[in-house]
Amino acid sequence: MKGLTKDRLWAIAVLTPSLILLAIFVYGFIGRTVYVSFTDWGNDPAQALALEPIIRWVGLANYQELFSGFLQGRFRQEMVSTVFFTVFFILGCLGLGLGLALALDRNPKGEALWRTIFLFPMSLSFIVTGTIWRWMLQPQGGVNQFPTAVGAPASTFGWLSSTDSIWKFDWNLLPIITAVVVAIVMGVVAYRAYASGQRTRMLVAAASAAVLLLWAIFIAPNLKMLPAPELHGFNLALIGIIIAAVWQMSGYTMALYLAGLRGIPEELREAARVDGANEIDMYRRVVFPLLSPITLSAMIILGHISLKIFDLVYAMAGPDNTFTSVPALNMYLTSFRQNQFALGAAIGTILLILVAFIIVPYLSSQFRTEESH
Amino acid sequence: MRKVSLKNALLVAAALAVTTSASAAGKLEIFSWWSGDEGPALEALVKLYKQKYPAVAVDNATVSGGAGTNAKAVLKTRMLGGTPPDSFQAHAGQELIGTWVVANRMEDLSALFKSEGWDKAFPKDLTALISSKGGIWSVPVNVHRSNVMWYNPAKLKQWGVTVPKTWPEFITTCATLKAKGVAAPLVMGENWTQQHLWENVMIGTLGAQGWQDLFSGKIKFTDARVVGAFTTFGKVMDCANKDASGLSWQQASDRIVDGTSAFNIMGDWAAGYFTTTKKLAPGTGFGWATAPGTSKVFVMLADSFGLPKGAKNRAEAVNWLKVLGSKAGQDAFNPLKGSIAARIDSDLSKYNTYSRSAATDWKNSKIVGSMAHGAVAPESFMSAFGAIIDQYAASRNSAGAAAAAQQLAVRAGFGK
Repeated sequence: MKGLTKDRLWAIAVLTPSLILLAIFVYGFIGRTVYVSFTDWGNDPAQALALEPIIRWVGLANYQELFSGFLQGRFRQEMVSTVFFTVFFILGCLGLGLGLALALDRNPKGEALWRTIFLFPMSLSFIVTGTIWRWMLQPQGGVNQFPTAVGAPASTFGWLSSTDSIWKFDWNLLPIITAVVVAIVMGVVAYRAYASGQRTRMLVAAASAAVLLLWAIFIAPNLKMLPAPELHGFNLALIGIIIAAVWQMSGYTMALYLAGLRGIPEELREAARVDGANEIDMYRRVVFPLLSPITLSAMIILGHISLKIFDLVYAMAGPDNTFTSVPALNMYLTSFRQNQFALGAAIGTILLILVAFIIVPYLSSQFRTEESH
Repeated sequence: MRKVSLKNALLVAAALAVTTSASAAGKLEIFSWWSGDEGPALEALVKLYKQKYPAVAVDNATVSGGAGTNAKAVLKTRMLGGTPPDSFQAHAGQELIGTWVVANRMEDLSALFKSEGWDKAFPKDLTALISSKGGIWSVPVNVHRSNVMWYNPAKLKQWGVTVPKTWPEFITTCATLKAKGVAAPLVMGENWTQQHLWENVMIGTLGAQGWQDLFSGKIKFTDARVVGAFTTFGKVMDCANKDASGLSWQQASDRIVDGTSAFNIMGDWAAGYFTTTKKLAPGTGFGWATAPGTSKVFVMLADSFGLPKGAKNRAEAVNWLKVLGSKAGQDAFNPLKGSIAARIDSDLSKYNTYSRSAATDWKNSKIVGSMAHGAVAPESFMSAFGAIIDQYAASRNSAGAAAAAQQLAVRAGFGK
């Protein structure tokens, strides 16, 4: 026990309460939720709210129900919506944030004021943002009235109330689509390994790509998750919510990028100029590569916000509009309005897994760099 | 020594028991979602209760939020946590029965109904809606009618159309209006108002008996008549505005007032909105008729109070329920709330023009319960059914929607 100095004892004493609280209220409750998701709690209304409910273990039945049950089309649409929402939200925030940061990096007049203005939306809560944008996106007001300023007829686009969707695909094709996408990624990995001369890595990646492709061609078409085709696509009503979310968070990415740009030493830029690079080449070959770690952290933060999003959608479109719904909203309604606690817990667990997909690789890479220091 | 201390302890315990029971005798907690516009109506009831039982301190635990969306979540936490309020508000019928009665959390009020003579004061159809498994579970305070079609009389005259009596006739009228340049002859609002419209099309097509059979499991949702009614519903939706999901029911009603749309199917709380908020005269400023195909039917929803098992102040809660069910209580509450009394012997002179016509129909019509407002289906069904309506709005697949509804019905245990 050579490490038990007074300092160390203090550290342990101070940390213990939070460790205990974390163990119970984060990890304990995660465990409890995952356990509930494997039961049938709430599937029988008579047991849902009983004093001593009879709860049975049903294994993966709730998950099966969500992905292939006839009644859970709403959840599947929400999964598709989440993917589209995440992609457009991240692209929007990164693009707008980078644009603003580049503009501010050129030291315009009143830079501090502009910085405050662009960062300001982030200080609002999603509920406030949602309420403001709900007014702006009213069918007969706000944004739709803009064309009248130049004498054009008012727009009639239903920002939040549209029921149309584009890029539709049959849910039954999901296994094929997933397999093909992963196979293509594996193919790219194999090519890169080949280019850098890593033979084993190339062979493994190429082999898995081939297996996935074969599976997609020969086995997947025979799989039917649902008896009838079920079309899901990108709901146009989501556009309004994406706009509001980008408005809220792009100031944050701007701040990140600006810090990154300011961190690039002027000597590097000058060296590039001396070597004969024009402005575009300088950004492409010097500045952007140096910003890529910032892009990665921004994507992680934005990605988990987008998966968990609830309050913005609730404030903008209400809980019952299935065309703008997201899994977190469905989890709330399923658990607390329909009293189907097990099904709600299953949706929550799926969300946790999705967030983990984003966060865990990031955390482990951070951990590794810290260790190596 | 030992003996004395034991005696003392017993004395102290007895004294404590007396004080707690004494203080408990003077308390009553009422849990509701009536705030804002509905607050004064609840106040009137509390005042009446205090006149009769002045010693009791009434704790008005209101959780605001339309149709109890927030209150229900708070209630669930309290019930599961073992501290039920003494009496709480719930929509009469399956919303209470399917959630709390099946979970064995409510007390049977049959004896109270008998001793107070309520089995005669309330219509039989209503008592049937709030009963199950040989028990009566709540005391209805008011009644709202949900099968009303609202219109603007001046505009109808200008367009030269009359009020349609059946749904096929409605679709014809809709075509006429569209030809005259009315883009959306019918105005719809957010999700629940679409469910509200769906139920009116369904009752208008199947009839009152068919509607009751649907929710008692005698008719399946996959029945050809139900599928046909879904198709009619689709045609009715074609008459409606495209921006529905962005409108509250008030915003939808505004389009009747300003003449952009001709008809609106909404419950009779719209009458209060038209007269009080919009200052329109009943009959001239706004007109009403029963929803197409439901002329002799009264589709009802009611707010009611029940008695949870384990209520701390049970005796006071029972007295509260007695006030709610009494003639004086109902006539104090309803004119302020804009609803009508559930009792058939209420004093009609206290009500406005619209309410008097509704009260007359309440006595003479066949009474059925509303699905969209919790009378005939439990929350688990209603909440998931909203998604079916939304999917139907996008796909217009009648058979698919009917099949999905049937699965929901099986899960909710219709006909058990």
